[in-house]
Amino acid sequence: MLLSGLPVQEAAGVAHPLQGTLAEWIWLVPVLPFIGFIVNGLLSLVPAMHLGPADPSAAGHDHGHVEHADHADHAHDDHHHVARHKYHRIVSMVGPAVLGVAFALTVGIFFALSGAHAEEPFVRTLFPWMVTGDLNIDAALQVDQLSMLMTMVVTGVGFLIHVFSVGYMQDDPGYPRYFAYLNLFVFFMLVLVLGASYPVMFVGWEGVGLCSYLLIGYWYSDKANADAGKKAFVMNRIGDFGFLVAMFLLFANLGTLDFVGVAGRVSELGEGGAVITAIGLFFFLGCAGKSAQIPLYTWLPDAMAGPTPVSALIHAATMVTAGVYLVARSSFIFSLAPVASLTVALVGAVTALFAATIGLKQWDIKKVLAYSTVSQLGYMFVGVGVGAYAAGVFHLVTHAFFKALLFLGSGSVIFAMHRALHHTGSHSDAQDMRNMGGLRKYMPWTFGLMWIATLAIAGIPPFSGFFSKDEILASVFARASHSTLAEATWLGIPGSALLMLIYVMGLAAALLTAIYMTRMMLYTFHGPNRSGEKEQAHLAEAPWIMTGPLVVLGVLSAVGGYFNLPSFLGGVSQKMHHWLEPVTGASSLRITHGEEAHLATSTEFALIGLAVAIAVGGILLAWTRLKPAALVPKDQAPEAHGIERVLEHKYYVDEAYDRAIVEPVVGVSRRVLWRGMDTGLIDGLFVNGSGFLMRGLGWVGARLQSGQVGTYAWVLVIGVLAVLGVFSIK
Amino acid sequence: MIPEGLALSAVLFAIGTIGVLTRRNAIMIFMSVELMLNAVNLSFVALSRLYGATGQVFVVFVMTVAAAEAAVGLAIIIAIFRHGQSVNLKNINLLKG
Repeated sequence: MLLSGLPVQEAAGVAHPLQGTLAEWIWLVPVLPFIGFIVNGLLSLVPAMHLGPADPSAAGHDHGHVEHADHADHAHDDHHHVARHKYHRIVSMVGPAVLGVAFALTVGIFFALSGAHAEEPFVRTLFPWMVTGDLNIDAALQVDQLSMLMTMVVTGVGFLIHVFSVGYMQDDPGYPRYFAYLNLFVFFMLVLVLGASYPVMFVGWEGVGLCSYLLIGYWYSDKANADAGKKAFVMNRIGDFGFLVAMFLLFANLGTLDFVGVAGRVSELGEGGAVITAIGLFFFLGCAGKSAQIPLYTWLPDAMAGPTPVSALIHAATMVTAGVYLVARSSFIFSLAPVASLTVALVGAVTALFAATIGLKQWDIKKVLAYSTVSQLGYMFVGVGVGAYAAGVFHLVTHAFFKALLFLGSGSVIFAMHRALHHTGSHSDAQDMRNMGGLRKYMPWTFGLMWIATLAIAGIPPFSGFFSKDEILASVFARASHSTLAEATWLGIPGSALLMLIYVMGLAAALLTAIYMTRMMLYTFHGPNRSGEKEQAHLAEAPWIMTGPLVVLGVLSAVGGYFNLPSFLGGVSQKMHHWLEPVTGASSLRITHGEEAHLATSTEFALIGLAVAIAVGGILLAWTRLKPAALVPKDQAPEAHGIERVLEHKYYVDEAYDRAIVEPVVGVSRRVLWRGMDTGLIDGLFVNGSGFLMRGLGWVGARLQSGQVGTYAWVLVIGVLAVLGVFSIK
Repeated sequence: MIPEGLALSAVLFAIGTIGVLTRRNAIMIFMSVELMLNAVNLSFVALSRLYGATGQVFVVFVMTVAAAEAAVGLAIIIAIFRHGQSVNLKNINLLKG
C-alpha cells in the first residue's frame, strides 16, 4: 500500500483497515489510568495510620505497637514519620494494575497496526469538543506508528516505574495521593501522545505540566520542594505561550488544527516562508520549556526535589520528551522551515554540550542524572532538528530505557543509603556521592544494572544508546553535505558549516557524557565506602519489587538498539526507521532532496569508529584520572576552586536568571504593582479615596440639614430667585 | 385695573416672603404664608379679566387647600407647643442632620 495508491482509500465511505479492530478501543488506554486516579484519589482522602514516632532515632524502641518495625525506614529526608496508609494494599494493586492493563491493550493495538500496514493514521473521534464558527475541534485520538510507539513507551516504562514506586513509596503517609498523581500523569501523557489535533495534545501538554508540578512539590511541607514545583510550572508556562501562539498562527493561516488537516494543507504556506518559520520557532519555544532546553532548562535539575520514581517517569522517560515528540509530530511543518529546523538542532547541540559540562562536577547523584537528561534531550533535538525524525525518536525510546534504569537505580541507592543513615540516626546527605562509595559490595544487582545503563548512555556497542546516538550523529554528518538545511543560511551562517559545528559539538558532548557517567559510577559503587562504620552494617540491596523493574529495564537498555539496527551491520534494515516512515518519512525525504540519506559504508564505519573511540576514551580517561579513594565525605570536603567551582555552581545561570529576570520582576511587582498600583492607586485612590469623598459630601450634607426651617426657607427663596434670574436673563 | 392689582399682589407677596424669612415665631410664619397665598389669589383674580373665569375657579381651590392647611398646620403648631412649651423655630430642629 503505497502513498500513490491511495485514492481508493481516500474516497468517502472506504473503511480504514483498522476500523472495527482492537484500535477502536484506543480510548480505553488513557481512561484506565484515569480510573486509577479516581480510585487512588478517593482513597487519599482517608488519613494515614501513624505507625511510628516522628524522630527516626527513636523508631522501634519505646513504642510497643510498632508492628512494621522493619518498614521503619523511609525513602527521603522529607517525611520524618513512618506511616502506612490504611488502604495501602488496594493502592499497591490498583496503581500499577491499570497501567499493566493499558500496556497489554497497547500491545494488542500495536500489533493490529503493524498487521494492517496502514499508511494513513486511524482517527477515533470520541465527541465534538469545540464547535464555534470556523473552529471545529473533536476530542479525537489518533492511532499511527508514532503515537503507538510513544504509547508503548509511556505505558510500558510507566508500568515498571509504578511497580518500583510500590517498594519506594509504600511507607509514605501520602501513598494514595502519590499514586493518584502518578496515574493522572499517565492519563495526561497518553492524551498528549494520542491526541489527533494540536488542541487535544495541548490538553495533555498542560496536564502533564500540572502533574509534574504536583509531584515535584509532593513533599510540599518543605519549602524548597514547593518552590522547585513552582519554578517548573512557571518555566513551562513560558514555553506554553509559544505553543499557543504557534497554534493561533496555524489556525489563522490554515483554518485547521488537526494533524491530518494541517499535514494536508501546510505546503500552502510555502517552503521557508516567514509564517511557517515563525510557527516552527514558536512550537520550539514550547518544546524548550517542556523538554528543558536552553534557555528554559533550569527547572529540570530543581525538579529532582520530587520522589525519585517521579524523576524517572516524568523528568527522564516521558514528559520531558514531549517536546521531541512534538517536533517529530510536526515534521511536516519543520521540514518546510529550514531556519526553524537549524535552530532546533543548534539549540539541542548547545544544550547537550552545556549540560554535559555541568554534569561533570555535580555531587548529588540525581543532579548528575538530571543534567545528563538535559544533555540527552539536546541530542534528541539535534536528531529531529536535522530532519532525522526517526533517529530522534529512536534515541527518545532508548533513552527512556536507560535513563529510567539510571534513575530507578539511583532511587535504589538512595533508598539503601537512607535506610542505613536512618538506622544510625545520622543526618548526612543520602544523595551526595561523597557519602557513598563502594556500594558494589552491598548492592550487586543495582551495580551491574547501572553499569549496563552507563555503557548504553556513553554509546558503547552493543548497548542501545550506541545505536541511537550514532544514528543521530551520522544523520547530522550526512545532512551537512546534501540537504535543504545545508543550503539554507542561519543568521548569515551557511547551514553546512553550522551542521558540521553541531556534529563536533555532539561528539564533544558524547565524550563528556562518558566521563561524567563513569565518574558517577566510580564515586557511587567503586572505591572504599565513605558512609561510615556503623552505617555499613545496614547497607543492602532494595527489595525485589524495586530490583525487578530494574532488571527488565536493564535488558531493554542492553538490547533496545536492535529495534533499529543499521542495515550495514546486518540488521533487518532499520526497523524503527521503516515503522515510522508513514508518519515522518515524507518530511525526512523533503529535507534530503527526496533521496535516502545514505553515507558510504566506509564513511559509516569511520564515523562509528570515531564515536566509539570517543566513548571508550571518555570512560578510560575518567577511570584513570579520578581517584574515588581520595574522596572525603561531604561535610569534610574542601571548597572547589576556579573552573570547578563555576561548574559546581552550574555556571551561575540560576543566579544570573535571578538577577536579570526574577529580581527585576519581583522589584517591579513590589514597588510598582504592589506599592504603586495596588496599595497606592487601587486601595488608596479608588477604595479609600471614594470613601473620603463620600465622607466629605456627607459632612457638607449634614451641615445643610440644620433642622432650622428658617434656613431652609432662605435657601428656597434664593434658589427661586436664582432660577427666575436665569430665566429673565434669557 | 390689572396693573394695579398685580402690583398690589407683588407687594403683598414680598411682605409675606419677608415675614417667612425674618420671623421666628411659627404662628407669624404661618400667617405670612397665608399672606403669600392670598397675594397669589389676588393675581389670579386680576388676570381672570384677561383670560376668563378659570383664574377665579382656581382661587376657590386655593382657598379650600389653604383652609385645610390652616387646620393641619395649627394642629401641628399646638402639638409642638405642648411638647416644648415654645413655638420659636430656633427650638424646633428635631430633623437636624
